[in-house]
Amino acid sequence: MDFEDTAEEAAYRTAVREWLAANAAEYKTPYEGDVDLVVRGKAWQAKKYAAGYVGITWPKALGGQGGTPMQQIIFNQEESKYWVPAGIYAIGLGMCIPTVFTHGRPEIIQRYVPVAMKGEEIWCQLFSEPAAGSDLAGIRTKAERDGDGWVINGQKVWTSGAHRADYGIIVTRTDPTQPKHKGLTMFIINMRAPGVEVRPIKQMAGASEFNEVFFTDVRIADDHRLGDVGDGWRVSLTTLMNERLAVGGKPTNSPDAHSLIELARAIDAEEGNMLEQSHVRQKIADVYIQDRGISLTRMRTMSAISSGRTPGPESSISKVVVAKLMQDMGSFAGDMAESAGLLVGEDASSLPHLDALRQGYFWSAGLRIAGGTDEILRNIIAERVLGLPGDIRPDKSVPFNELHKVVS
Amino acid sequence: MNFQFSEEAEALRDEARKFLAAESGREKARAVMNGDATHDAALWSRIAELGWTGLRIPEAHGGLGLSVLELCVLAEEVGRALSPVPFTSSVLMATELLMASGHEATQAAWLPKLADGSAIGTVAWMEGDATRPDGTPKLSCSGDRLTGAKLPVADGLAADFAIVTARGEAGALVIALVDLSATGVSRSACDTVDLVRKSAKIVFSDAPCTVLARADEAERLRARHLQGTAVLLAFEGLGSADAAMEMAVDYAKERVAFGRRIGGYQAVKHRCADMYIKNQLARSHAYYGAWALLTGAPELALAAAGARVAAIDALQFAAEENVQLHGGIGFTWESDCQFFYRRGRLLALNLGSRTFWSDQLVRALEQRNTDLAA
Repeated sequence: MDFEDTAEEAAYRTAVREWLAANAAEYKTPYEGDVDLVVRGKAWQAKKYAAGYVGITWPKALGGQGGTPMQQIIFNQEESKYWVPAGIYAIGLGMCIPTVFTHGRPEIIQRYVPVAMKGEEIWCQLFSEPAAGSDLAGIRTKAERDGDGWVINGQKVWTSGAHRADYGIIVTRTDPTQPKHKGLTMFIINMRAPGVEVRPIKQMAGASEFNEVFFTDVRIADDHRLGDVGDGWRVSLTTLMNERLAVGGKPTNSPDAHSLIELARAIDAEEGNMLEQSHVRQKIADVYIQDRGISLTRMRTMSAISSGRTPGPESSISKVVVAKLMQDMGSFAGDMAESAGLLVGEDASSLPHLDALRQGYFWSAGLRIAGGTDEILRNIIAERVLGLPGDIRPDKSVPFNELHKVVS
Repeated sequence: MNFQFSEEAEALRDEARKFLAAESGREKARAVMNGDATHDAALWSRIAELGWTGLRIPEAHGGLGLSVLELCVLAEEVGRALSPVPFTSSVLMATELLMASGHEATQAAWLPKLADGSAIGTVAWMEGDATRPDGTPKLSCSGDRLTGAKLPVADGLAADFAIVTARGEAGALVIALVDLSATGVSRSACDTVDLVRKSAKIVFSDAPCTVLARADEAERLRARHLQGTAVLLAFEGLGSADAAMEMAVDYAKERVAFGRRIGGYQAVKHRCADMYIKNQLARSHAYYGAWALLTGAPELALAAAGARVAAIDALQFAAEENVQLHGGIGFTWESDCQFFYRRGRLLALNLGSRTFWSDQLVRALEQRNTDLAA
């Protein structure tokens, strides 16, 4: 057992480190200023593309590097030591483009994949709807044949980054007389096309990272279809598999057990400080077990990848643990801080990490839902890993347009 | 990155699991619980024949001289099977402590017998009251004589020797080995929550012992023993936790209520998913502990505490929810649920409680911060 790179991995890591040192110096510290996130993001992505650090595991024929998953992991680890503006490409390159090059026609792949890799076009994923979240196959947005193309009408919601996206992948219903999983079809949609309207949604925590998107008679050419008509569910699974890889870990630099130790030490108790209280030490141990447990679990997965074995299902526990953990840490930190736990903004306390922990408390409420809710993730573990029976699905084989008959 | 067991260790796991599935079903644990025997002697000699009792003992003393990783694998498999043999007391605890002591004459006397299974050892540190593993014992050691009592001592009736903690001159810690057949030693059965691992009360009246370490050396030996044992018991607990989860999952796949298998209900299946989550966290921490133990890394204090706390949490949760998911049948004497429920309590307390180890864990985190700052 060891935590060392193999010789090849070490050589790759050295090259990545040297490249980052030479090219990412300006991102050594968090950026404070007004420059547009998109402008900064595009500049960084173009640099990465030119150096061969985009699509590391993708086939060379697509413009990728034909590299190993370990190389991608190593690049991500090293890149995350900087405050690089890479976030705007996470969905596009993490989920949409793999779906495009798995299911798109050759000329479509040629048109969209290289441009996306260079960062010149930004993508979003148009899946969830007001009436279809966890039950994604219940979506209602319609795509109807019109000559040699399609016409889209309907609404999507919780679409991260739609306000800055150039293109999106959209799952639509093309045949409402089929059961819900069978009448779906996936397309590439131009987010600047007439009839597409993006309205930002203000989130509970105050920011507006996601949107409602309305489609009114939006035209799509048939060559922008991904996969066969009626095969949209299978196509969307490509995206979701990649989503579970992308949404999962805790963001770099977010609070951990050490943050709670420093915070507790800074708060006076009746005698000494809060870190000397037994219940505080118990809670910090709980946090460590979960937080460090997830990073160690990831190392087990990486070991399997590094040695060419298929990883076990253990990585499926990551998001369900991390999201709730962030929430628990936030409320616990607030409790320790007593009245200082209430303050936000200018009057906020200078207690170490308290502000980040409070932000985590609000942000985690969304993370517990995004990319598979806690409940769906537990279903997946129970059904796919432990082999327990599926939920009762009275709608499974009923035509979509007759579903109202089986709703209890 | 190679954070996994070697193919050789995994092969040993397969072999151990097959052997224990065939020879150490839970009916063996039940037989010991219901009977007068201190352990399953026939199973113990089969285990000795396989070399497990001498797994880590150097070849010069008749053992196999394998690494602590192989021992972790066996600890997990014996924990999974709930085998009613003194593996934990003798192999995981007494043998390891004796080898760590560096007391060559005593090692030469006992290691060959431990290796071939003809001797059983145990470690006795508890004294019946709220003893902490790092506290000062009341058992007194004057010269090479012991006076006082230890209880409960796991496998204390089956053991040939015990390694005890005692109070020496000026209250300094002493770690000593006592031949339990010596004059001045008397033993009686001592009931504990775990009915499969039989325990004893051992009374020492001016009983002769061999001092293995005193004062600072004894403190270092004890601290190292606690950390190493925390890792090994984490593997044992992990094996038991996985077995309890599998028992619950199997039942949820079979039992029908309201017209379907109960494992289809989210209230049931999510509980099973939570068992899986806790067991995976415990497994990752146990591996980290194994790595630290193998390499002697400075992270051992942290890794050992993490492994122990995560394993206690996993086994206790799986044991409690296994009874719950079985319903009434799980609460009966005849059900195997009670084995895990009881073992969960034993493993939660037999090396210091979760509270003690949480404190150790946070101390180790604080220490690491100090080291990083320096």
